[in-house]
Order: sequence, then C-alpha cells, then structure tokens
Amino acid sequence: MSLACTALAVPGRLAGVTARFAPGRVTAICGPNGAGKSTLLAALAGLLPATGAVVLDGQPLAALPSACRAQAIGYLPQSGDIAWDLSVETLVSLGRLPWRGAPAPEAAAAIDAAIATLDLEPLRHRPLSRLSGGERARALVARVLAGRPRWLLADEPLASLDLAHAAALMAALKAEAARGTGVVVVLHDLAMAMNHADQVLVLDRGAVAAAGDPAQALAETVLARVWQVAVRWHGPPQARALALDARPA
Amino acid sequence: MSRVTALLLAALVLALPLSLLAGRVWIDPFHDAAGNALVILVQLRAPRAALALVVGGGLGAAGAAMQGYLRNPLADPGLFGIAPSAALGAVLSLWLGAAGALALPLFALAGAAAAMALLALIAGRAGDSHGGVALFTLAGMMIASLAGALMSLAISLSPSPFALSEIVLWLMGALADRSWQDVLIAAPPTVLGLAALLAAARSLDALTLGDLAARSLGVDPRRLQFLVIAGVGLTVGAGVAVAGIIGFVGLMVPHLVRPFTDRRPSSLLVSSALGGALLLLVADCLCRLLPLAEGELRLGVALSLLGAPFFLALLLRLRRGLA
Repeated sequence: MSLACTALAVPGRLAGVTARFAPGRVTAICGPNGAGKSTLLAALAGLLPATGAVVLDGQPLAALPSACRAQAIGYLPQSGDIAWDLSVETLVSLGRLPWRGAPAPEAAAAIDAAIATLDLEPLRHRPLSRLSGGERARALVARVLAGRPRWLLADEPLASLDLAHAAALMAALKAEAARGTGVVVVLHDLAMAMNHADQVLVLDRGAVAAAGDPAQALAETVLARVWQVAVRWHGPPQARALALDARPA
Repeated sequence: MSRVTALLLAALVLALPLSLLAGRVWIDPFHDAAGNALVILVQLRAPRAALALVVGGGLGAAGAAMQGYLRNPLADPGLFGIAPSAALGAVLSLWLGAAGALALPLFALAGAAAAMALLALIAGRAGDSHGGVALFTLAGMMIASLAGALMSLAISLSPSPFALSEIVLWLMGALADRSWQDVLIAAPPTVLGLAALLAAARSLDALTLGDLAARSLGVDPRRLQFLVIAGVGLTVGAGVAVAGIIGFVGLMVPHLVRPFTDRRPSSLLVSSALGGALLLLVADCLCRLLPLAEGELRLGVALSLLGAPFFLALLLRLRRGLA
C-alpha cells in the first residue's frame, strides 16, 4: 500500500511536488500561508486538475473509477461548512456514500465505530448547530472515518480548536494511523507537527522545502529559511515548544 | 419509508376522495348517483385532482432538488428560468392564435426545453467549480428575465383584446377546466423528471458537505448538473404547460417538510413531492369553494398570496438563524 506523487503541479499554486506517503503513519504538511498545502492535499485526493502523477497502490489515480478512489481516499476539506443542520449521526452516515450497495449491517458498524472512535456517542442525535467548535470538528472527522478509507487526507482539522480539543483530535488521528490508515494532515501548529507527526513535508511557494522526520524537516534552520523567523525549539523530544528567538542577532 | 412520508401519503389518500366531492356542486356519494354527478366527477374533478397531484408533486420535488443543489433554503425552481420560458412558449401559442388543447402545452414544453438547452450550454462553459454554480444560477435568472421581457412584448403587441385577456388569465395559473388530455401531456415528463431527480439524490446528499468533499465522495459534478437541469426542467416545464405559472410551491413545501426529516436532500425529495401534491390538491379545492361573485380564485394567484408572506417570514427567520 502506498500513496505517492511525482512532479505534481497546479499552475500558479504547486510547482512540481514529489513525495511518498506511508500507510500507518501520520504525515504533516506544513508551510507558510500560500505555500500550496491545501492545493497539494486536494491534488493528492484527485480533486484538482493537475499535471504530474498521483500513484495509489501502484496505479495512477487518474485512471481509477471515481467510486474506487472515493473508497480508498477520505478527504476532509478545510471549510467545515455543512449546508443543512444534520444530526451528528446523519452527518457521519454521509461518509458511507462511496459504498453504494454495501450491506446495511456493515454500514451501521462503520458508522458506529467512527462515532465511538471520536467519542461522539453522547452527541449522536444532536444537530450540528448545537455543537461546540471542538465537537463539530470531531464530527467532521468521523464522517470521513465512516467510509473506512485507507488514506485519510485532512486539511487543517485542528484549525480554531483550543489546546485540549486539538490534542484529543490529534490523538484520534494517531490512533487511526495505528490501525494502518495512512494519515496526511495539513497542520498550522508547528509544535503539534513536531511532537505528533511521524514525518513532515514542508512546502514553500509550491515546492518541497524539506521532508523527513519532524526534527530534521522542522529544524530551526529550515524554519528560518522558509518562515523567515528566528525561532528556537525548547524542551525534550515529544514535548517540544516553539519560541521566537528574542536574543539580538 | 420515513414517518413524514407515510403521514403525507395517508393525508393524500384521505384528501383525494374529499376533493372529488367538494366544489360548487357538492356530491353526496351515498345518494346522488345520477348521471350528472358522474360526469362532474369523471370529466371535471378527477382530471383536475390528477393534475394537482402531478403538477404539485413535480414542483415540490423540483424545489427540494434546487435547494439541495444550490445548498440554499431560499432556492426555488423558478431560479433556473424554466417556468418563465415555458410560459413564454404558451404565450406565443396564444399570441399566434394557435392555442388548441394540444398546441399550447406543446409550445410550453418547447419553451422549457429551450431554456434547458440554454442552461446546459452555459453550464458546459461555466465549469464545475463552485463559482461555476453561481454563474450558472445567474445565467438562469437572466433567462428568466429575458423570457419575462419577451412575454411583456408579446402582451403589449397582442393582436386582439381577446388574445390579451386570454394571455393574462392563463399566466395566473389554474387547474380549472382541465381535461384528461392535459393529464396525459403532463404526467410522462413529470415522471421522467422525478426519476432524474431521484437519480441525483445521493449526489445531492454529498453536496451537503460542499463541492470539494462531494467530489471526494465520488460525485460527478457534470452528471449531477445534467440530472438537476433535466429533472427540474421536465417537472416544472410540464407543470407550466398544463397549469400556467404556479409559484412558491417549490419554495414553501421543502421548507415545511424539512424539519420532519433528517434534513438530507435525498429524504426531502419524495416527501416534498407528496407535500406539493397535497398542497395543490387542497389549495385547488379551496379556490373552487371560495364564494366569488364571478368565476373562481385563480390557483396561481392564491398561492402567491400565500407564498409571498411565507417567503418574507422565512427570510426574517433565517436572519435570526432559526431555520
């Protein structure tokens, strides 16, 4: 099982990205605003007209029927805008749409598992309009998990969550990776990426600026080059914090 | 079958025989079995009731599909400009004096088909991004105002006062004096249209999550757009062809039904079709019963009188974030 892209390019937004993603691991995509993170994620999911190739399990993604692609790759867009005030359960059940004709017990089991994984059981019948931001973000992730994708591509699922909720959701994503799913997630919070991702891909102006394990890809020198800020990592591994470097240059 | 679908179905089964008995002449099913009553029943009221079911069902489902497609509770099948284009076709047939029992609905269906073709052409150019949908909707509104302008032109240049009054009266929309032939004209396109909308149901559900997420779930935006144009065009076109312009059904019914469903567009389609059929059946009966000195209240006028305040109340509710 693998997901890889070669020379993936979208005019004006992505300039030839080559990368390889591993199943069972959390890969964080980081980069300054406008670096092409969301574009890369959408192109990996096969949702944007792009040049270059995305290869899913040895097969070019563009050649796959859309139903197969939808079953293999779960995509969570950045905008959590839901048109209708669905209940949590109904929202999660939409994740089953690619599995037309699957037996009903299987669908029910997948929906139950997704709801349980994200700790949404008490909120199951609550309408989205009555959820807090953190609960809503969890419900949106559960929607994707209900489709049991082999790859989970999430665009800033932690955006606008407070620390506790962000940590809980990140833990859920890691647990999903531990079950064998390949998780690719756009993260704005560099400390979150440093401490919790298995590998990191840093984008800058549409191209890969660094890639590898977090300590290497998010090294202070890389941050200085890509984000153009002088920063320092503090604390032990797995619990690092980022601070602006206040010392005079 | 969901609970609201079952309830609406039961209400329809109850309302249908009552609507056949109600009118200027009340029919007593237990005594008055004379030939006269039978003629009224079979030749006048039964086709009228059947048309209410066909037209109302089509408009209700089209409204539910439009709201799902545009992800907006204020969307109405009228937005695509299909109803005014069908009306323009009908007006042209009246203007040309070619309005036979068959010519008028066929002209109207041709008008609806022209609008659908134009929409499909524009959709092909607008692309399938979400900006494309906005452009496409604006194009529909342009078609609507163009058809409206051409109708005004036809009215102002009408060849005779008789044609003028005929056009104006027809535009108000009604089910009075319709025959089984009208049912035969409207039913097949409506059934086809409903089938197209039902085929779009899953894609409309996916669209709840937004354009990108819908595509990630395997939705083909082109296919969806085609099904929605065909479904709304056929149902609304057939409705206008036999009943004239009957507004607000497609806006009101999905709204009234939605709170009783799980709010997915797919669960709204069938229940809105049933709700639309029930609304037209009951409204047509009430129009028939209302004691007016001359003739009867036109159905289209009655529903607009009901619909406009409803729309306003809906806007105010949405502003308060309650809908």
